[in-house]
Amino acid sequence: MEKFIKHTGTGVPLRRSNVDTDQIIPAVYLKRVTRSGFEDGLFAAWRNDPEFVLNKDAYKHGTVLIAGADFGTGSSREHAVWALQNYGFKVVISSRFADIFRGNSLKGGLLTIILEQDEVEAMWTAVEADPTTSITVDLETRTVNYGSKSLGFEIDDYTRWRLMEGLDDIGLTLKQTDSIDSFEKNRAEYKPTTLPIRS
Amino acid sequence: MGITLAEKIWAEHVVRAAQGEPDLIYIDLHLIHEVTSPQAFDGLRLAGRPVRRPDLTIATEDHNVPTLNIDKPIADPVSKLQVDTLRANCKEFGLRIHSLGDKDQGVVHVVGPQLGVTQPGMTIVCGDSHTSTHGAFGALAFGIGTSEVEHVLATQTLPLQRPKTMAINVEGSLQPGVTSKDIILAIIAKIGTGGGQGYVIEYRGTAIRALSMESRMTVCNMSIEAGARAGLIAPDQITFDYIKGKPHAPEDFEAALAYWSTLFTDPDAKFDVEVNLNANELEPFVTWGTNPGQGLPLNSVVPNPADIADTEARTAAERALVYMGLEAGMPLKKIAIDTVFLGSCTNGRIEDLRAAADVLKGKKIASTLRMLVVPGSARVRLEAEAEGLDKVFLDAGAEWRNAGCSMCLGMNPDQLAVGERSASTSNRNFEGRQGKGGRTHLVSPLVAAATALRGTLSSPADL
Repeated sequence: MEKFIKHTGTGVPLRRSNVDTDQIIPAVYLKRVTRSGFEDGLFAAWRNDPEFVLNKDAYKHGTVLIAGADFGTGSSREHAVWALQNYGFKVVISSRFADIFRGNSLKGGLLTIILEQDEVEAMWTAVEADPTTSITVDLETRTVNYGSKSLGFEIDDYTRWRLMEGLDDIGLTLKQTDSIDSFEKNRAEYKPTTLPIRS
Repeated sequence: MGITLAEKIWAEHVVRAAQGEPDLIYIDLHLIHEVTSPQAFDGLRLAGRPVRRPDLTIATEDHNVPTLNIDKPIADPVSKLQVDTLRANCKEFGLRIHSLGDKDQGVVHVVGPQLGVTQPGMTIVCGDSHTSTHGAFGALAFGIGTSEVEHVLATQTLPLQRPKTMAINVEGSLQPGVTSKDIILAIIAKIGTGGGQGYVIEYRGTAIRALSMESRMTVCNMSIEAGARAGLIAPDQITFDYIKGKPHAPEDFEAALAYWSTLFTDPDAKFDVEVNLNANELEPFVTWGTNPGQGLPLNSVVPNPADIADTEARTAAERALVYMGLEAGMPLKKIAIDTVFLGSCTNGRIEDLRAAADVLKGKKIASTLRMLVVPGSARVRLEAEAEGLDKVFLDAGAEWRNAGCSMCLGMNPDQLAVGERSASTSNRNFEGRQGKGGRTHLVSPLVAAATALRGTLSSPADL
C-alpha cells in the first residue's frame, strides 16, 4: 500500500446525503476479477446527468470528495473504494460514514475524514465559489487546510501509523502467528467445521 | 457489573489485545461468494500465502447466477468468468464450494444456517453486508470488504475495533398479518439508516422471543440497513431445536448446549444505548423512498417533504419522490406495482414461501403484474416442491425460479426495467438497486402476496 502522509488537491462538492455503495458503483459493474478499471462505474447512474458535479469541467480533476452525511451505506463492496481510487480520489470528507465503507477505505489507503456538518457545508460553499481552492490534508498533523482555515480531525493512532507507513494488515497479523496457534489449541471441540462434508 | 452477549462473544474470541491497537479477533466461520472474493485470492497468490483454515471456510455461488436455465452455461461472459474464477480458486486452495445445480447452492446466508454451520457464540464473517443474518443464532456476524476477506483467508483473524452496544427492546405481541419484516422496517424508520453506526444491536423483548428462527433471521439480516454492522438475538430453545438434526450440528450436542446456554446478556449489564418499540401497535410496513429508513405503515399516505423539519431529510425526501415517481398525499395502497419479488437472504426461506403461498392459494395474481418466486437455496426449493408450494405459485400465475440473489440486486439477469415498480421482499430500495431506473418498495412476504393479487400495495387484510 502507498504511504499516505500529506495530500494537496482540489475538492469536489457532492451535495447529497445517504450516498450508498450501490450509487458509488452499481452491482452490474462488480463483475471484474481485478482491482482496477472500476472508475467507469463510479456514480454511473448520475453521470448520465450533465449537471452532475463530476461532469463539470471545473471539478474534473478534483481529488478530495466532499460528501453529505452517511456516505457509503449499504453493501460491503470494497469496489466502492476502488472505484473512487481508480477515478483519482485520495480523500473523502463527510460528517458521517457507514462502518464497513470506512473500514474498507482505511484498509486500502483512501483517507476518510469526519468533519462536523457545518464544516462540510463551509467547504462546499468555498469550493463552489472557487473550484480551484487548494485543499491540503495532513495526516501527520491531523488537519484539513484550505484558504485561511485549518480544521482538525480525529483518527486513531494505530490506523494513522499504518497509513503513514503504508503497511499491509496481513503482514502485521502474521507476526502474531504464535498467538493464533495457541488460541486455536484451546478452541472447543464442538465448534463446527465445514470439512469433512456431512450431509 | 455484568456484560452484554456481544461483549461475551467478543471476549471469547480475542487472540491478542494490546494498548492502542485493535483487538485481534478469531473468526469461526468464513463464508465466500463469487463477487467479493476474486481479488482476495489474487492477493494470496501474489504473496504465496495459503488459506489458513479451509475447514472453517465455505463458498457458494449466488449474486451473479441466473435463476433460469441453470443447467446451461451462464450466458453473460463476465458473470461466467467470475463464477468460474471462484470455482478455480476453491479448487486451488482446497475449499468446499456449492455450485449451481448442487442442493446446497443458494444465497450464502441461507446456506450457512441450513447446513448447521451457523451456531450460537460464533464469530462469522463474509464479504457481504447481510452477514448480520447469522446473528439470529446468537452469533457475532458481520460483513467485511475484500481486503478483510483476504485477511481472514490468510490468518483466520481480523483486527477490529470493539463496537458499542445497543439494545432494541420489542415488547408486546404482533397483530395477525404483521411479521418480523415489519418489525425491522419500523426499527429502521425509527432510528434511521445511520442510527446503528458503530454499534452491535441486540434485539430483545417478548415479541422477539416469540419469533421463529427464520423470522429472527429477517430481523438480524437488516441490521445493516439501520447502519449496524451486526445484530444478534440471544439463543434459546427455539434456536437449539432449529440446529438439532442439521448436517453440521454438533456431534456432542450436550457439550455445545451447555456452552450455548451461557450466551445471554447478564441482567445487570448496561448497553450504551437502548431503544424501545411496542409490538402491539405495529402494522404492515412499506417503504416509499430510496433508502430503507424511508418507510411508513401501509395505511399511510406518501409524505409531504415540506412537512419534514430537518433540511437534509427534506432534501432526501424530495429527491426520493422524484425518483420514485410519487406524489405527496397519495395513499400508499393506491400505488400500482409491476413486479412482485419474493426471495432474497431477507425473505427467501421456507417459512416465507409458506406464508406467501397461504395467501395465494387458489387465487390468481393481477394481470397487470408479474411475480417472481425465488427460493433462497436449492434445498429450500426442494422442500417447497415436496410441500406442493411450487404448484400454488404456478397456479396463481407466478414464476417459480431456481435459487440465487436474483432481483435483490441488479447484477444477474433478473432486473427491473427503467421506471418499473416492484414490491420486493428484499432489503434495499436504493436508486437502481434492482436494475437501472427501477423503483423498489420493500415489503413482507404477506404484503408481497396480497399485492400480487390486488395489483396495488396491499396486505392480506385487504383481500
